[in-house]
Amino acid sequence: MRSGALRPEMQFATLAQQGETAQLGMWVFIATETLFFGALLFAYFVYRNLYPEEFAQAAKETVLWCGILNTGLLLTSSLTMVLAIEAAAAGRRQALTNWLLATAALGIAFILIKSYEWYLDYQDGVVPAVHFFMKLDQAPAGELFWVFYFIATPLHALHLSIGVGLLFFMLTRARRGELTSGYFAPLEVVGLYWSFVDTVWIFLFPAIYLVGRS
Amino acid sequence: MAALAADVGTDYLTSENTVRSWLLTRDHKRIGLLFFASITFFFFIGGIAATLIRLHLATPSGLLQPSIYNRVFTMHGIVMVWFFLIPSIPTTLGNFVLPLMIGAHDLAFPRINLASWYVFNLSGLVLLYALIMGGADAGWTFYPPFSTLYSDGYILVAALAVFVNGFSTIMTALNFVVTTHRLRAPGMTWMRLPLFVWAIYSVSLLMLLATPVLAMVLLLVAAERFLQVGLFDPTHGGDPILFQHIFWFYSHPAVYIMIVPAMGVVSELVTCFARRPIFGYTGMAYALMAIAILSFFVWAHHMFVAGISIYSAVVFSLMTFFVAVPSAIKVFNWTATLHKGSISFDAPFLYALGFVLLFTIGGVTGLMVATLGLDIDLHDTYFVIAHFHYIMVGGTVSAFFGGLHYWWPKITGRLYPELWARFAALLTFVGFNLTFFPQFILGYLGMPRRYYTYAPEWQPWNLLSSAGASILAVAYLLPLGYLAWSMLRGERAGPNPWRATGLEWQTSSPPPTYNFARTPAVTTAPYAYNPENGSYVAQDGTVHA
Ligand SMILES: [Cu+2]
Repeated sequence: MRSGALRPEMQFATLAQQGETAQLGMWVFIATETLFFGALLFAYFVYRNLYPEEFAQAAKETVLWCGILNTGLLLTSSLTMVLAIEAAAAGRRQALTNWLLATAALGIAFILIKSYEWYLDYQDGVVPAVHFFMKLDQAPAGELFWVFYFIATPLHALHLSIGVGLLFFMLTRARRGELTSGYFAPLEVVGLYWSFVDTVWIFLFPAIYLVGRS
Repeated sequence: MAALAADVGTDYLTSENTVRSWLLTRDHKRIGLLFFASITFFFFIGGIAATLIRLHLATPSGLLQPSIYNRVFTMHGIVMVWFFLIPSIPTTLGNFVLPLMIGAHDLAFPRINLASWYVFNLSGLVLLYALIMGGADAGWTFYPPFSTLYSDGYILVAALAVFVNGFSTIMTALNFVVTTHRLRAPGMTWMRLPLFVWAIYSVSLLMLLATPVLAMVLLLVAAERFLQVGLFDPTHGGDPILFQHIFWFYSHPAVYIMIVPAMGVVSELVTCFARRPIFGYTGMAYALMAIAILSFFVWAHHMFVAGISIYSAVVFSLMTFFVAVPSAIKVFNWTATLHKGSISFDAPFLYALGFVLLFTIGGVTGLMVATLGLDIDLHDTYFVIAHFHYIMVGGTVSAFFGGLHYWWPKITGRLYPELWARFAALLTFVGFNLTFFPQFILGYLGMPRRYYTYAPEWQPWNLLSSAGASILAVAYLLPLGYLAWSMLRGERAGPNPWRATGLEWQTSSPPPTYNFARTPAVTTAPYAYNPENGSYVAQDGTVHA
C-alpha cells in the first residue's frame, strides 16, 4: 500500500479520529490491566502485612542482581520505544526500524535474564509445588511469598512477550510503509502498552526484591 | 419519514448471505445476532438445570443424588450468570442498537467485536467440556477451601471457562466505552444520549474494572488447587476470607452488571409507550453512573456472617443503603414518567411494567438482607435466593424480553404477533411470582439454600414454586415460537412502527450494512414525545405529527 493511499476505516470520518480512538482503546485496556495486577498486589500486601518477618526472610533469597539489571533494561527499553515513535513522527524510516529492533532486543534480554533467574531459584529450592524446601524461620508463610513470586513474574513476562510480538508486528508494518509521519497511531498504541508493562515491573521490583532488604 | 434510510435495496440481513459472510462479519448488527444465538443456547442449558432443581425440590426426598444436585445448581449458577445474564442485553441488544442510537456506522473496533464472540463460544465449549466430564460442585462462587481442597468436581475446567469468558466481556465493554466516547454523530452530546446508551456505557465501565479482579482471583484459586500450594488455605498461612473479599469486589458489581442494562431498556420502553419525555433525564443518567461507582464499595455485605469485624459490617451495611438511593430514583422517575402519559399496553410495555414491579420487590428485599440483624437470620436461606431472582430473572430477563420485542421490528423488519406477545408477557409475570414468591416464605421459615433436602412441612411452598417454574418455562418458550414465525410471515414493519424518537428508528428496518445513508446530525434531546396529540420530534430533528 502506498503511504498516501491510507484511508480510515468505514466507521471513522478521518484518520486522525481513527488514531485517537485506537489510543483511547489502549488506555481503557490499561485500566483493566491495572485492576488485574492490582488484585494480585492487593492480596500480596495483605499477606505481607500478616507475615512481615517471614516475607522479609523469604524475599532476601531473591536474586537481587537479576532484578536490578532487568529494571535497567526495561527502563532503557521505554526510552528506545519513545525514540522509535519520534522517528516515525519525523518520517525517518531507518531510525524507526533500528529503535524498534533495539526495544525488542532489550525486551528479549529481560526475558532471558528472568529465565536464568528462575533457574537459579529452582536450584535454591524455592519453587513451590515443584522444588521447595521450607525454611524453619519462614514456615508456613514463607511459601506464600514464593507462590506470589511465581504468579506475578511469569504473568509479567507473558505480557512482555506479547509486547515483543507487537514490536515485530510494528516492524513489518513499518516495512510495508503503513507507519508514516502522517499516521503512526498503531505505534503509539504499542508504545502505551509497552510503557504499561514497564510500569508493572516498577511496582513488582521493590515489592519482590527490596522488601526483605530494607 | 425515513430521511436517513438507505434507498439501496440491500439491508444488513440480505446484503450477503453465505455462511462465511456471517462467520467473518464485522457488522455490529450481525454480531449481535450471533451473540443472540449463543446466549439462547446457554439460556437453555441453564434452564434445563433450573428445571432439574425445581423437579428435585418438589418433594423432600428428591429426585437426584445429593452429589448430582450440587453439580446441577452449580452449573445453573455458572451458566446463568456468565453465559446468559451478564452478556444478555449488552452483547445482543447493546451490540445491535448502541451504534445506531448514537448515529455511528459501526462500533469502534469491529474486529475485536467479532473476536469477542469467538472467545465467548470458546469459553462456552470449555464449560460444556466440564459439564460433560461430570461438572463442578462448588457453587458458582468457587469458595475455598472447598473448591481448592475438597471438591472432586471439574473445578479447574469450570474456572478456566469463566476466566476465558471474561476476555469476551472485556472486549465488548471496551468497544462500547470507546465507541460512546469517539463515534457519536455531530450534535449527539452526552446529555442527548438515550438512556440505554448511558446504561450500556456505565455497565461497560463496571465490566472493565470488575472482570479483571475476578480473573485474578480465579487464577489464584486455580493455582491453589492445581499446585496444592496454600493461598487461601489456613494450614498454609492463607486466609479464606481474603478470597471472599476479592471475589465479592467483583461479584457485587456483577449484580449491577446484570441489572443496569435492563434499566436502560426500560427507560426506552416507558417513554415510548407512555408517549412522554423521561422524568428527570439528568438524574436518570447520573443515577446510572452513581450506581456504577457506589457498587464497588458495598461488597462485604455478602460476608456479614463470615467473620468480618462489626465496624466494617456497619460501614458496608450503610453503603448498601446508599447504593439503593439511585436505584430508587430510577423507580420513582419511571413511575413519574407514566403520570399523565398516553399509555398503550403493548407487549414491550407490559414487560417493562413487570420489570418495575419485580425490581422494586427485589430491591426492597435486598435492603432487608443488607440490614445487619436481619441478615444473620436470612443469610444463605431461600430468602436471598428469592431476592436476587427478583432482580435478575424478574428484572433483567423481563427487560431483555421487553427490549427484544421492542427492537424486533428493527432487527428483522417484521412485526411480531401482538396478542401472543402480550399473553407471553402476562404469563411471565404470573409464572415468575408463583415460582419465586413462595421462596421468600421458605427463606423466612428457615429453608437453607443449596441443601438437597428440606423439612417435610415446607413441601407445599416448594410444590407451588415448582408449579410456577413450569408456567415460567412455557412463558419463555412461547416467544421462541412466534418470533420465529414472524421472521417469515410477520407483517412488514416499516422504519418506525412505534413512532419512537431514537436515531435507530430513523433508518430503514432492517438497517443497511453501515446503518445510515449519511451520517445523521442530532438536534434534539431524546424522548421528545407529546402525550397530548401523539406527535414527536425524532433526534435528527424531524417533526412528526
Ligand atoms: Cu452485593
